[in-house]
Amino acid sequence: MTAVLPREAPPTELEAEQEEEVHAPRRRPPWLLLLPGLLWLALFFLVPMITLASMSLQTGSLQTGYALTWTWSTYTDAWATYGDQLVRSFLYAGSATVLALIIGYPLAYAIAFKAGRWRNLMLVLVIAPFFTSFLIRTLAWKIVLADQGWVVSALQWIGLLGENGRLLATPAAVVLGLTYNFLPFMVLPLYASLEKIDPRLLEAATDLYATPARAFWAVTWPLSIPGVVAGTLLTFIPAAGDYVNVQFLGNPGSQMIGNVIQSRFLTVLDYPVAAALSITVMVTVLVLVLSYVRRVGAKELL
Amino acid sequence: MIARAVRAARKHLVLAFGVLVLLYLFLPVFVVVAFSFNDPAGRFNFSWSGFTLDSWRDPCSVPGMCDSVLLSLQIGVIATLIATLLGTLLAFGLVRHSFRGRAGTSLLVFLPMATPEVVMGASLLTLFINAGVATGFWTIVIAHILFTVSFVVVTVKARLAGFDSRLEEAAMDLYADEWQTFRRITLPLAAPGIFAGALLAFALSFDDFIITNFNSGNTITFPMYVWGAAQRGVPPEVNVIGTAMFLLALLLVGGAEVVRKARAGATTG
Repeated sequence: MTAVLPREAPPTELEAEQEEEVHAPRRRPPWLLLLPGLLWLALFFLVPMITLASMSLQTGSLQTGYALTWTWSTYTDAWATYGDQLVRSFLYAGSATVLALIIGYPLAYAIAFKAGRWRNLMLVLVIAPFFTSFLIRTLAWKIVLADQGWVVSALQWIGLLGENGRLLATPAAVVLGLTYNFLPFMVLPLYASLEKIDPRLLEAATDLYATPARAFWAVTWPLSIPGVVAGTLLTFIPAAGDYVNVQFLGNPGSQMIGNVIQSRFLTVLDYPVAAALSITVMVTVLVLVLSYVRRVGAKELL
Repeated sequence: MIARAVRAARKHLVLAFGVLVLLYLFLPVFVVVAFSFNDPAGRFNFSWSGFTLDSWRDPCSVPGMCDSVLLSLQIGVIATLIATLLGTLLAFGLVRHSFRGRAGTSLLVFLPMATPEVVMGASLLTLFINAGVATGFWTIVIAHILFTVSFVVVTVKARLAGFDSRLEEAAMDLYADEWQTFRRITLPLAAPGIFAGALLAFALSFDDFIITNFNSGNTITFPMYVWGAAQRGVPPEVNVIGTAMFLLALLLVGGAEVVRKARAGATTG
């Protein structure tokens, strides 16, 4: 692969400026284009978020109705009761994200650099499992990880699991399920940023006597950081709020915050606590995401 | 010589690892397909007890399942049409215009993607409860449009960003008016992005469980059906639907690839 592929040169600053002028003479927002979508997002995203926040500070019941009483103790009570589930959610989601990065990066790398003419096929294969429903695939893991299944038997045989060791209904199964379900969200952005890397940069590194490992850490990895950030976010965020994997693969002791929110909302009908927990998850995710993006961004600058 | 061997091993090592990861991705799919031919002994289709084609002969014999598939298709189509329209307009507005408040608009588009589904589902349910709206078909449609719109915007934006604006200028230079330019140049060039966005929206909508679970009331979409069935025992017919969806999608992708190759061959040959 020494042939230098013709690539479109990135626009120079001058060109970019000219383009700005061509396309952006107007300062007035293009209301006709924006308004329908913005109204939808405002009405069904912003307003519900505010309603949710307000609900978390209300007291009352379904029969008597709810009134805004600014009861902040709902939050502290909810944290005290469901602290374990909160911590567990972020722990499981974090583990699944790291695992997905570890196994997803080589896959994305293989597709981008090693697959040759099989590249498109491998990309389709990454997405293809998605075509069977998420719930059905998670249920299938239940069969794979079952106590009498071949995975458990094999692990017992090589001694990684004890005689009565099991996988189903353990935290390990939940993390495995989360990793599995969100892996394509990790691989695709990783691939997108790896694929953009100019192979000439790697050739240059080799010409300058860099070992493959050094070329990887000095060239490939830093250039793939945008994909790493996008992939980890796309994996972590849905994993943190998931409750399907716990329901199918976990046990009551491995419940995540999503399980609590859904049962408080849909079965117990305890809206204020459910709302307080939802807001807690939302704020925590936003804070984690922002500080993570900022940190990685700062690293890039160094 | 040795260096070459090492390089070859390295090349195949990464590739081999990648293939292993793909196998991991496919393992549950194989199970789903295999168990669609199972003849389960009890209510639960969790252990292999014999080969049969019964479930394939008449998958709709299971009460309620095919209705739920139809319902999911309906919801998916309506939500996709509206989300694609809203999202494409937003993407054009964001890419083609610079205006005060563009950063805020982008943030508002980005936020739903950064929101865990359980929070989005809960917030919509709270809104519907407060507004006294009974949850059902249309609340699901509203929710699906909401969470798919951002994905359409991102997909279409990506396509528009790599757009050679000189083509439009050339059309205008050749006395095409704005509408003609849009219709003959802009739209055909943006179409793959719009199409990809629509496909993504449909796939997300059809498969969504978490947000739907909050806003469905008594309406049972296919994922809701599977969730319910998981508690009482999933019939192998569910695996038939899962397998059929998988094959159908693969056929579509394969067909699109064949068409693309044929076209590429026609233009170069």
